[in-house]
Amino acid sequence: MTELDFDYLCTFLKARSGLALGAEKRYLVESRLIQVCRRFEVNTLPELVTTLKAGRNHSLENAVVEAMTTNETFFFRDKGPFDLFRDVLLPRYLNSRASARRLRIWCAAASTGQEPYSLAMLVKEASARLAGWNVEILATDISTEVLDKAKAGLYSQFEVQRGLPIQLLLKYFKQEGDQWRIAPEIRAMVDYRPLNLIKEFGHLGVFDIVYCRNVLIYFDKPTKTDVLRRLANAMAPDGALLLGAAETVLGLTDGLSPDPVNRGLYGKSAEAATTLRVAASA
Amino acid sequence: MKHCLIVDDSSVIRKVSRRILEEMTFRVSEAENGEMALSACRNEMPDVILLDWNMPVMDGYEFLTHLRRMPGGGEPKIVFCTTENDVGHISRALDAGANEYIMKPFDKDIVTAKFQEVGIM
Repeated sequence: MTELDFDYLCTFLKARSGLALGAEKRYLVESRLIQVCRRFEVNTLPELVTTLKAGRNHSLENAVVEAMTTNETFFFRDKGPFDLFRDVLLPRYLNSRASARRLRIWCAAASTGQEPYSLAMLVKEASARLAGWNVEILATDISTEVLDKAKAGLYSQFEVQRGLPIQLLLKYFKQEGDQWRIAPEIRAMVDYRPLNLIKEFGHLGVFDIVYCRNVLIYFDKPTKTDVLRRLANAMAPDGALLLGAAETVLGLTDGLSPDPVNRGLYGKSAEAATTLRVAASA
Repeated sequence: MKHCLIVDDSSVIRKVSRRILEEMTFRVSEAENGEMALSACRNEMPDVILLDWNMPVMDGYEFLTHLRRMPGGGEPKIVFCTTENDVGHISRALDAGANEYIMKPFDKDIVTAKFQEVGIM
């Protein structure tokens, strides 16, 4: 692949998904796109680039974006963000939303479903305290391919052993040969929709809790700032945002600020939240 | 340094497990069956036991039942590591006092996740 071909792929991926690739990602691009070549019976990467430039093969274009934006994940990944949900956020909103009895959660980069299903299992475990509540879990991802896997809720033995406690595996999965399928009652708690974060998402409404982990790291600074600004707009005044361990809002937006106690948790800045409250009551 | 006892009749599995656990900075000892593992536990109770199910002389399930009745035998965390991967075996192991369950084949990520789950890391 020539420098020009690589540059074209970088520009294409940036425009389509916001993905910012440096020269050090060249190996990753080649190894992932070679698999796309095989699937679409394209002989070489330069030929793939030529086909993309022609702009007539939309399924190939989608496959290229999906191949580069799909990342491995696992149940209860990093543990901390899920402990925060169970021990901090759920008690907080059980109290502050006691009259409305409604909680809206958004997993903005849901991938193959492990994150939303992990949250759904925690909600289910808290069902005694949530009796009579309407808990929505919206799960979105740019890749329709990973969303299909998420919707199917069928995981390999390897996948269910990474982060999923054995008690929860027994309780919420059913064995199908060598694979494990998520229980229908957990599957039904999650609404999956395709969504590209670099495009407008205001129509999704306002959320109490937003998980947007390990996706901002792939964006350049202006895209990060833009996505964070719009995420803040999609959060309730006392809403919570959870980012990945390598991500932050610092230096990117004044609308969000880190929680002083809980690492990885962000809320609306006092000023931004007040402005919203005033606007809502006006 | 935490101490892990590997109980498995396969020398290959013991070798692979030892390498993973030493990378995870555990002190490692080995036993080939449940009887040898009980003897090792009488000598020194480990912090965690990575336990196979099917072994000659005394299998993992029988070992666990004996261990939990021994003085101090309730202390070690028990992580089964076995090719028995059906719901029946998993339930039986948990009822007998196992803390976690790994279905072979496994890798370092899985062992790490399970050890974190039982609070040994």
